[in-house]
Amino acid sequence: MSLLVESSKAPPRMPSYLEAGHTVRSWLFTLDHKRIGILYMAAITVFFSIAASAAALMRIELLTPAGDVVTSETYNRLFTMHGVLMVWFFLIPSIPSVLGNFIIPLMIGARDVAFPRLNLLSWYLFMAGGILATYSIVAGGVDTGWTFYTPYSSTYSNGHVMAMAAGVFIAGFSSIATGLNFIVTIHKLRAPGLTWTRLPLFLWSMYATSIILVLATPVLAITLVLMAMERLWGVGIFDPKLGGDPLLFQHLFWFYSHPAVYIMILPGMGVVSETLAAFARKPVFGYRVVAASSMAIAILGFLVWGHHMFVSSQSVYAGVVFSLLSFLVAVPSAIKVFSWTATLYRGHITFETPMLYALGFIGLFTVGGLTGIFLASLAVDVHVHDTYFVIAHFHYIMVGGMVMAYMGGLHYWWPKISGRLYHEWTARIAALITFIGFNLTFFPQFVLGYLGMPRRYHMYPEQFQTLNVLSTAGASILAVGYALPLFYLGWSFFFGRRAGPNPWGATGLEWKTASPAPEHNFETTPVVTTGAYAYDAEGNP
Amino acid sequence: MHSAAPAKTTLFATYFALIALLALSAAAAKWQIGPLWNLFIALGIAAVKTALVFLVFMQLRYQRGLVRVFALAGFLWLAISGVLTFSDYLTRGWTP
Amino acid sequence: MNDALSHPAAPPYVDRDQHSVANHLGMWTFLATEILFFGGLFTGYTVLRWAHPHAFAEGSRHLEFWIGTANTAVLLTSSLFVALADLAIKRDDRRAARRHLVAAGLLGAAFLGLKGFEYFQKFQEHLVPGSGFDAHGAQPALQLFFFLYFLMTGLHALHMLFGLGAIGWLLRQIGRGAVSRERPDAVAIVGLYWHFVDCVWIFLYPLLYLIGG
Repeated sequence: MSLLVESSKAPPRMPSYLEAGHTVRSWLFTLDHKRIGILYMAAITVFFSIAASAAALMRIELLTPAGDVVTSETYNRLFTMHGVLMVWFFLIPSIPSVLGNFIIPLMIGARDVAFPRLNLLSWYLFMAGGILATYSIVAGGVDTGWTFYTPYSSTYSNGHVMAMAAGVFIAGFSSIATGLNFIVTIHKLRAPGLTWTRLPLFLWSMYATSIILVLATPVLAITLVLMAMERLWGVGIFDPKLGGDPLLFQHLFWFYSHPAVYIMILPGMGVVSETLAAFARKPVFGYRVVAASSMAIAILGFLVWGHHMFVSSQSVYAGVVFSLLSFLVAVPSAIKVFSWTATLYRGHITFETPMLYALGFIGLFTVGGLTGIFLASLAVDVHVHDTYFVIAHFHYIMVGGMVMAYMGGLHYWWPKISGRLYHEWTARIAALITFIGFNLTFFPQFVLGYLGMPRRYHMYPEQFQTLNVLSTAGASILAVGYALPLFYLGWSFFFGRRAGPNPWGATGLEWKTASPAPEHNFETTPVVTTGAYAYDAEGNP
Repeated sequence: MHSAAPAKTTLFATYFALIALLALSAAAAKWQIGPLWNLFIALGIAAVKTALVFLVFMQLRYQRGLVRVFALAGFLWLAISGVLTFSDYLTRGWTP
Repeated sequence: MNDALSHPAAPPYVDRDQHSVANHLGMWTFLATEILFFGGLFTGYTVLRWAHPHAFAEGSRHLEFWIGTANTAVLLTSSLFVALADLAIKRDDRRAARRHLVAAGLLGAAFLGLKGFEYFQKFQEHLVPGSGFDAHGAQPALQLFFFLYFLMTGLHALHMLFGLGAIGWLLRQIGRGAVSRERPDAVAIVGLYWHFVDCVWIFLYPLLYLIGG
């Protein structure tokens, strides 16, 4: 993508967004999308750490077959806390609210998102939701699992369900605000010449994600209201005693939560497309199909929720329909994997840290995606439903996919965020440690699940111990992989080598402006004349 | 962009049509021809009323295609939720 | 943002037209989320009415047909006034715009008054779900009908309250000159929301009041 800078006399250099103000106030009341992205980053790092410590405690408990570290009650609260925080307070805002907020306006050559005030409001809503959820944990926790299934949540739970549900409800509005903002931004604030077919693939995937955020989240909100009313009032439409139906809750919940699973992978796919193009120095193979497959995943994602309910006494005919529709999602997902592979073919590949994460993503996502097909098959699901097979499957997508992509994206755009370069070899080693630790943690769980170890129990028969010890060992390696970036990225923020505007030699408008990005993003509005990833035959932008 | 807004006469005509439809809907409810038929008539009239409000009061007639797509998307997704949920309820009693 | 000449468009926008289009698109996107927010309730309603048609018909007969009908007329009239206010502001008649908005607001308040009266009636008839509920010999699912009745109309009333707040804000903005012929968008945007909330009621009316037959 080339731009014509029309100014003849060089204007005075604009201060970077980091220099625009140093007071706490200048951060907490900022309308700058970049600073809001940083605020989100700080928040989700904290929530990730809390949720990760819950996971660590669970892995320690599962080191031995006996339930000797925590009681089953505490264990229930740990996995609920882990699930709720990881899903709503880390994964869903991770790439969209942190990297998306930071990079979308830069990528489209705009000064900010369409509604900056709404953007700041969304962060405050997110924090309010996060604080409520944290309060619920500190007050004693919730034991329903992140899915809040009725009648556990409405009648039988003795945890702080109301505070937790209120936290998720409020955080939902933050998701909606972010999605709405991105949709309007991508539609209306693109630089001159930046047509839809020239849009970087990250923007396509963020657009698809935003559609899900906007159309699915409201249903979660109303479902939580219905559940909370039932808990508060003692009367509700999920109560079979009065003629209601608990499965209705599951239908409504998964109408949101299955598409939400794609909120937790589509943005990662976008990051991977950007990184592969940048480090293979080649256009993404089949650009249009990759863009279309993002939209296809977003839309198909709404048609498959019933595959979470195969063994719930849902009609078996509906099960067949949902099973077939679920297989369809494999098509656009596979298209992406094929396109990424073909992008690598005859590329000028170098293995910088973001590329390592992206390559890790492709492998792990493929494993997660293929095991998803097992689970979408009615008969196989009956065998492995609610076992560790399911746990391993969705962790391959969410952690192996999305967290790898988030880390990759964070490293890729770090020079634009901080204006500095991190220590390359330390970062490569951390990426490798993460990959090894991840596989050691979760691959044994596929086997455990296949052998029949159910999820959500804090003790297990002795024959499962070897695999569980492997998994716990992997988790401790994984923890090192996640802790390292905190240190070297933090260090580089203050002491790293200064990065130029375009340290990777990548295309894209975000690399045409200074690092760290100026307060108003661009000195003059850029004009786009070529498609995304316009590398020449030698791999130069 | 909104040079073509509805004229005052259009607004009033729409309003009287809406009130007439309301009267029709109330009358049809008193004229009982079986609960299902009554429901369909009542919902049909509600749909027409909503279409009038969307097209004239909310000026969808005068908007570009994109806004129309966004306006329809919500209803389409609601239909997805209804149809697939009922794919369960309607077939639950069938024995395989 | 008050000085139209030195600041032709607010920060991220190139010109006012772009800003206006973005505002409309943003509001319509928000309305799509609202459709699905209420949509969850409509889906739940449909499932339960399908399972318990008699209890729901019985519930509908307990509602005051005339209040529902009158309230629909009140809301439709208020929508007309909001549309007229939009027309007036575009024709630079700020006084007429404010007059129409006041009328719309008063009608909205009248709607809430009638609604409150109906709630009070139900309370006296022990038809509020909970321990004091008296099914009057009907099926237990009657209570679910009233659960949905209160939740649906209650959320709708909450949206009406927000709408009334927005109309109050508009009146102030028009009075200050911040909304005028040059900057009429706010009226149309609040109008979109008001009309939409009206449409929700257009469906609640038959689903709650007209299924007693």
